[in-house]
Amino acid sequence: MIIKTKKTIPASEITDPHVFKERRKIIKALVALTAMGSGIGPVVAGNKPRWANVPESNLSAKLITTPSEIIENYTNYYEFSYNKHDSTKLAQQLPTDPWSVEISGEVEKSGTYYLEDILRQQTLQEHIYRFRCVEAWSMVIPWVGFALGDLLRKAQPLSTAKFVKFTSVYQPEIMPRQKKDTLLEWPYSEGLRIDEAMHPLTLLAVGMYGDTMPKQNGAPLRLVVPWKYGFKSIKAIVKIELSKKAPTTSWNRFAPGEYGFYANVNPNVPHPRWSQNSERLLGSGFFTPRRETELFNGYGEQVAGLYKDMNLQHFF
Amino acid sequence: MIKFNQLKPGILIACWIPLLWLLLDIILDNLGGNAVQAVHIRLGDWSLRFLCIVLAITPLQTMTNWRGMSEYRRMFGLFTFIYATLHLLAYLVLDHYLVWPIIATDILESSYIWFGIAAYLIILALAVTTPKWVVKLMGKDWKKLHRFIYFAAGAAIMHYFWQLKGNLAEPLFYLSIIILLLGFRLLLSFKNRVINRLMLPKGRR
Repeated sequence: MIIKTKKTIPASEITDPHVFKERRKIIKALVALTAMGSGIGPVVAGNKPRWANVPESNLSAKLITTPSEIIENYTNYYEFSYNKHDSTKLAQQLPTDPWSVEISGEVEKSGTYYLEDILRQQTLQEHIYRFRCVEAWSMVIPWVGFALGDLLRKAQPLSTAKFVKFTSVYQPEIMPRQKKDTLLEWPYSEGLRIDEAMHPLTLLAVGMYGDTMPKQNGAPLRLVVPWKYGFKSIKAIVKIELSKKAPTTSWNRFAPGEYGFYANVNPNVPHPRWSQNSERLLGSGFFTPRRETELFNGYGEQVAGLYKDMNLQHFF
Repeated sequence: MIKFNQLKPGILIACWIPLLWLLLDIILDNLGGNAVQAVHIRLGDWSLRFLCIVLAITPLQTMTNWRGMSEYRRMFGLFTFIYATLHLLAYLVLDHYLVWPIIATDILESSYIWFGIAAYLIILALAVTTPKWVVKLMGKDWKKLHRFIYFAAGAAIMHYFWQLKGNLAEPLFYLSIIILLLGFRLLLSFKNRVINRLMLPKGRR
């Protein structure tokens, strides 16, 4: 197996963190100004970004982040709609506060916890990660979150815990596609091998761009696994189960020949119907060429070891 | 009553509207997060729509006994070709920036593109045989060649279906229209055959 080493990031792709933070201040100031002008100042003033000052993780990539309007308006959320625009609109109906998460299965301390209580025990950090969709587009997203491993360790996994299964919220009254029971089997479920779940890059995200997570992006709690295709990053998690056997996952059940359990970003393994060789980096402008997709989405240096004895053509 | 021919300039202008509308959306930045893909989809959609219009002309002619619609069929056929060409150019230039190695890999690995290429080659062949002198030159072969439009329609629909993740509502919509339009022809030819057989004098089979 050929493992590409991580290329040095060209200086042109690096945003100075100070510039980045400054830019945000300017944007916020502009938003506040416009809000005052339109007479909704007091409301906005109370809505200051919740996690504006979380420290940046040392796992963060020094990349220019995709504009938040693009991240917030280009989402796949099939519980609501197959259409990216409609799912953004419809997702606003989902109640996300209060929220609780069940942790169960092969752990010493199973239980159901309020998200607020979980957050009190975790240190939030900003993680700027590349995000690559199986549809051959990508973004750079400044997530706010904490390592999934830190949460799992608190629940004390048994030695029999080999996999982790995640389940999304089931709310057919609010999610039209769940009500009609179309395409995938609901609720959405995903899974990771335990070593993937414990990897420091694997996040549970509660926000992005220094603020709480927009609903269409998976509020209040979503998984982020930056070296895998986006569909692994399950949204609106209500249940985390540790198991002995590999869990079934939504897209894998729908089309096992097309969406594997691992779903590692890999330019050398095309989707059966389209190439994964390159991607369009959204927000990069009309006349910017596509970028060539990197093995493990560029995180090979950190994660290739997890798969060193595996045939990635077979375990795709 | 207005003669159908008088409508021609208006229809000709109308056929360019989707393109102007797209250019306006590009200028106004109305195409969302993945603007390049949106351009693509828009052009592909319009090519498919013009193809449906072309296929609708024979049924319309049969039902209304309108004559002289072949002029319009030619025009709509050429617009199918124009939008398909723009769709192809958007793929090569806008999406892939003419980076040929990436384009080559993409085409080799993406089976849905093969259907698109098949549809385009047929439409290209039909477009270049449009001039009247070519029609004359080709004689009966012209009609045979232009029957390939049915295959182009099938390939275009496959091209649409085959690149989607699971949300098939839109290609199914176009598929049903094309099935309807082709089904009409099948029914008609079946009906004609039955009538012909009934009309033949006995003993002369």
